[in-house]
Amino acid sequence: MQPWDEIAHAIGRTRREFLRDAAGVTLGSTLLRSPFARAAASPKKKKVVVITFGGGARDQETFAPEGQENVPNMLRELIPRATFFTQVINRGILGHYVATASLATGAYETINNFAALPPENPTVFEYYRKELKRPSSDTWVVAPSNGFNHIGESSSRSFGPGLGARVILPKHLLTAAISNRHADYAHLLRDNYETPYFTPELSGSDFELEQLEQLLKLSVDDFKMHARTLSSPDELSAYITKQLMRQVAPSLLCITMHDIDIAHAGTYSLYVEGIRRTDRLCAEMWKTIESDPEYAGKTTLLILPDFGRDADNDAGGNGFQHHRTGDALSRTTWLIAMGPGIREGVVYDRAVDALDLVPTIGSMMAFTASLSKGKPITEIV
Amino acid sequence: MLPNDLKPETFRSYPPEAKSLVIENLAVLRELPLSFESGLLREVIEFDYKFPAERRALERELQNLSHLAPGEKTRWMQGFSTISLSPKLEHFDWVNSPAQFTEQLSAHLWTTHQLDAFRLAANTYGDQLRAAVPVEVPAVPRLGITVIGEGVQSYSGPLFRKLRPYGAHFSNVLPDDGLPTLLATVVSRAKQHNAPYAHWYIDGGEAAGHDPSLAFVSYAALESVRVALLGKIHTETQKPGMGPEMLRTLMAQLRPTDLGMKEAGSQVLDRFQLKLLTEGSGTQIFSTSFTQWAAREALRRAEPLTLLVRFAPRQRQKPMDELLSPQAVQSELDPLGSLIDADMGAYYNWLNQQRLPGAENAAFLAWFEGHNEAVVIGPTVPHATESANPINMKQLLSWIV
Repeated sequence: MQPWDEIAHAIGRTRREFLRDAAGVTLGSTLLRSPFARAAASPKKKKVVVITFGGGARDQETFAPEGQENVPNMLRELIPRATFFTQVINRGILGHYVATASLATGAYETINNFAALPPENPTVFEYYRKELKRPSSDTWVVAPSNGFNHIGESSSRSFGPGLGARVILPKHLLTAAISNRHADYAHLLRDNYETPYFTPELSGSDFELEQLEQLLKLSVDDFKMHARTLSSPDELSAYITKQLMRQVAPSLLCITMHDIDIAHAGTYSLYVEGIRRTDRLCAEMWKTIESDPEYAGKTTLLILPDFGRDADNDAGGNGFQHHRTGDALSRTTWLIAMGPGIREGVVYDRAVDALDLVPTIGSMMAFTASLSKGKPITEIV
Repeated sequence: MLPNDLKPETFRSYPPEAKSLVIENLAVLRELPLSFESGLLREVIEFDYKFPAERRALERELQNLSHLAPGEKTRWMQGFSTISLSPKLEHFDWVNSPAQFTEQLSAHLWTTHQLDAFRLAANTYGDQLRAAVPVEVPAVPRLGITVIGEGVQSYSGPLFRKLRPYGAHFSNVLPDDGLPTLLATVVSRAKQHNAPYAHWYIDGGEAAGHDPSLAFVSYAALESVRVALLGKIHTETQKPGMGPEMLRTLMAQLRPTDLGMKEAGSQVLDRFQLKLLTEGSGTQIFSTSFTQWAAREALRRAEPLTLLVRFAPRQRQKPMDELLSPQAVQSELDPLGSLIDADMGAYYNWLNQQRLPGAENAAFLAWFEGHNEAVVIGPTVPHATESANPINMKQLLSWIV
């Protein structure tokens, strides 16, 4: 075992031990399971919702003992009903767009993190739609930043154009709805904490307003009125996601959270506040799934951070502020999986690669992620 | 250009002392792999504006490299020699723009999955250097003091949780004359162990007092510089084709006088302050981020014997474009959020102090300003202990100084 792997393993072990005490979970390797039981539990017309717990959260502020106060909802409401993987390792570039693109393709993307470019490898949405012949309305991405507007569809020649997911950018939607920047909404339009001076501008508002009214069945006035009650961009994303689930009910839905990335400004209190908010929004999302007849009983929810942040003890970084060192803590995260057919209150300590997400979704929804570099996570498919 | 093409005239645009240093060490600079050399030149090009501790460290490092036998040099550089660079990087003007080069090198390392190999090479080199070049033992054990919570009326949550395991936690500190006592201690040490940039006072707001024997940096004193910087950034970002990399290049080229700092100031300290604002993240808009980063950089670069850091309330969070606007009005403060920021900042100050030579004898004190809570850490202080006995600041200091 390499020293780096040892550190990642130790991180995972600490999480497992803590979770066993705090949430009363069982170590997964002690359980055996019949594949027939799993097949019997798998409903038809399965749906999958993925939430990236972004952008970048460390162990010590989430599932390590000292972080538990920041994730009470996940700890008390979700973990006891989920399978938890303590070590998800991201071996790719630790930039939010490129890492999210890697999660969406199952291959480590090397595109410029700050350029508006599509992923180079086929996305999970393209695999799903092409093989199962699904319409574009069945796959959606709700993304935090204008820079994510190409995340749904790759530049791959054998997939690509016309096969991707539809992408909704709540901030762009809000900008279109209010037509001019307005002080009442400014707090919902925060974008891109890593290069705050450069927010990619997207042109055109007609399509956005059409989405709002025809797809989400929201009048501009209702949307604006509700937006006033929200406190952050991720709350706006959660609101739009719920509306999307209610009106369109896509089978494959990815939501990328981003409030946590305020950490780049160096303010620890705002970083922790972002984690607490995301924790609450994740629990709310599960409640929405359980209460919506289109989703209840047939939806798998997968929650994972895109990556971690630098360790306090790495002199090359500045602790929680960035994710630049590529150390073990910044690369090692976790995964919560819950839904029908997935064991409840179980923890797996083995290392899972971030690339395994796409083939795992493929196995759950019966399509093949042929060009993905990951492997299905057998414990949950 | 590759390192073996270097000639004395290649460095004609370097500041005078940096130029002398490279010419003196040209033979060894010609033999180093580019992935290593660019990092070294990034330090060398700033030589004229470096603190004494940094200058001595750089001279010792170059001297060590120059005295390595050829076989040893190959062994020391082995990890860096295996890093493959693109022709684009090799053609970059890495001699005159080493900082920009290392940024592009970093992107290249991520993209080509060579970052782990580079980290390993850098760590191995650092270990070898520490073993080969004796560290500079401080003239007196270092003392770090961090004061947090200015403006907070009451707070019932636990503080100093990350520091407590390493020292003694006091919950009945008598706060009267706390800050003047701490300042007087710092000034007294500066007078007893006088050396340039050896004793510092960094304040996240208005200074509580000032003595010329201390290197002094404050967020409030830099307000006009911050506004000028935000104005410059705003102007540049409006230009078509401007992107993050180009902006960083422009920021790196700024001189203190470009932002209204006076010619008469200390060239070294002014450059230091400029870099805090142009290279730090969030330092332009949040005083807590500025203070933590200033302390980190002062410790890393100047290796002070004494460092007093006082956090002040930062402004409340607002949308980024509003925070970054040069026309921003003074906004509402967030004392409680700032207290949480500063609590973590105090821990980072201690961690960064402990990275310096003489850590085993170093002392540290963190205090909730105007309140009863403090923690002290030092070689004679028992770990993870608690005291609820009344104690004033002088008595508290007597545990560690």
